[in-house]
Amino acid sequence: MSNRLNIELPGLSLKNPIMPASGCFGFGQEYAQLYDLSKLGAIMIKATTLETRRGNPTPRVAETSAGMLNAIGLQNPGLEHVLEHELPWLEKYDVPIIANVAGTETEDYVEVAKRISQAPNVHALELNISCPNVKCGGIQFGTDPQTAKELTAAVKAVSSVPVYVKLSPNVTSVVDIAKAVEAGGADGITMINTLVGMRLHEKTGKPVIANGTGGLSGPAVKPVAIRMVYEVSQAVNIPIIGMGGVADAQDVIDFLSAGASAVAVGTANFVDHFVCPNIIEQLPAKLDELGYAHISEVIGRSHR
Amino acid sequence: MIQQERMKVVRQKQIADDIFELTLIGQLTLEMKEPGQFVHIRVEDHYEPSLRRPISIAEIDHDAMQFKMIYRAGGKGTKILSTKKAGDEVDVLGPLGNGFPIEEAAPGDTALLVGGGIGVPPLYELSKRLNERGVKTIHVLGFQSAANVFYEQQFQALGDTYIVTADGTQGTKGFVTDLLAEVKPEFDVFYSCGPLPMLSALEKFYPEKKGFLSFEERMGCGIGACYACICDTTDGDYKKVCSDGPVFPKGVVAL
Repeated sequence: MSNRLNIELPGLSLKNPIMPASGCFGFGQEYAQLYDLSKLGAIMIKATTLETRRGNPTPRVAETSAGMLNAIGLQNPGLEHVLEHELPWLEKYDVPIIANVAGTETEDYVEVAKRISQAPNVHALELNISCPNVKCGGIQFGTDPQTAKELTAAVKAVSSVPVYVKLSPNVTSVVDIAKAVEAGGADGITMINTLVGMRLHEKTGKPVIANGTGGLSGPAVKPVAIRMVYEVSQAVNIPIIGMGGVADAQDVIDFLSAGASAVAVGTANFVDHFVCPNIIEQLPAKLDELGYAHISEVIGRSHR
Repeated sequence: MIQQERMKVVRQKQIADDIFELTLIGQLTLEMKEPGQFVHIRVEDHYEPSLRRPISIAEIDHDAMQFKMIYRAGGKGTKILSTKKAGDEVDVLGPLGNGFPIEEAAPGDTALLVGGGIGVPPLYELSKRLNERGVKTIHVLGFQSAANVFYEQQFQALGDTYIVTADGTQGTKGFVTDLLAEVKPEFDVFYSCGPLPMLSALEKFYPEKKGFLSFEERMGCGIGACYACICDTTDGDYKKVCSDGPVFPKGVVAL
């Protein structure tokens, strides 16, 4: 049977358009206990910073209606460890890695991007300018078009692989930021990161999450993400990897219809641990149901 | 190996105020090795509530492919779980985490098992295994009030059992450490599961003894991928409660 699910994107030959989203899959080792990671279209690994980061105090997560808040705070073992241990460990799988790059200053984004992009299994970078849970480094690069453009250009100049920029929904005009990173040389866009939210404790009235605010994810955010992908896909000429509340094959169809070329699954991995392989298995039947021969025919159909 | 299975409810029984005992049957039971491991339960097939609930394993019966968990129906998710009836299905991910090391108690040794509230259940399977191994067990079980006490007879059948209640409505009044100061049990190793203040008090109470503590923390994925349930360790590093724990030797976690 011919592959009805393969998608070609800058740097990425995807056997299917499904990949776990950064921060929801660690560096793959935990989920490798459950299924063969080679089934995935790609893997977006946990954000990597130049230095080791310990993250925020606990509680770091809180349940919300049809979703959750998190404020992990980019905890990761740092660039050296990722290069020496995490990425080599992933080499045994036939799956392209998208390395999520985070930092505090332009210089450390550039340093991480330059070195991690040289790892043999890293096929693309995802520039994280949208983490809402760290005081500096992250979202301030993603809320001003000029800053976003300059950082994209600086990273693009040193990266050995295509650069995708992860956009924040916590902005007045996501289209302006998307156009700016495209002008900065981005090869693609990934969207959306989480929406800043807060949950208060029923008894104390104080925030449940130690950080105060957290990023909202899960099915609750899907309509916001769909709307943003719908708008951005009409405004730029670079591909979009869509995400935000994806939990089943229909959600994938919705994101592709809105204009995404591939789809990442985040929070759903915590709830239905086999959600990615299950969606991949269900997609051909979904295409039959809709009358399409290949998944690429679904991309952008909302605009046609 | 970790599995995800729709397991069938054999029995659901309320055994104390807000406390339920749920017996499930399925292949996943055969993967359960150590006492003190937990399962991650999805109570609905949709996302309301959205996250799984980590619940400790109270008793394992490999022959019947059944296991029991005892939980408090305190929140939205566990309240829904408490409405499941015989024949219903429950989505279970597990077994997860590292349990209590029974090999740390040699045959002929005496082990002290200290549980607090909903930390009591995993000690039951632990006590059974220790007794099978020829280890004598002493149980000290703390509860809020007489209405919350469960499994007193079951533990009694395995070894000396002391009940402590915060309000004094049953057994000794106060904290488990109050009773330990009074009874002064002789033992070789202790195992404990319960609220942080209890674990902390116990660790300070027995500075010379070998001990193992089971921790609880708000969890996301339950398998170590999301970094939600991090705890600081005494050597300045960190551990994930779900996949490095939930049981750690005394002195590892910064209390």
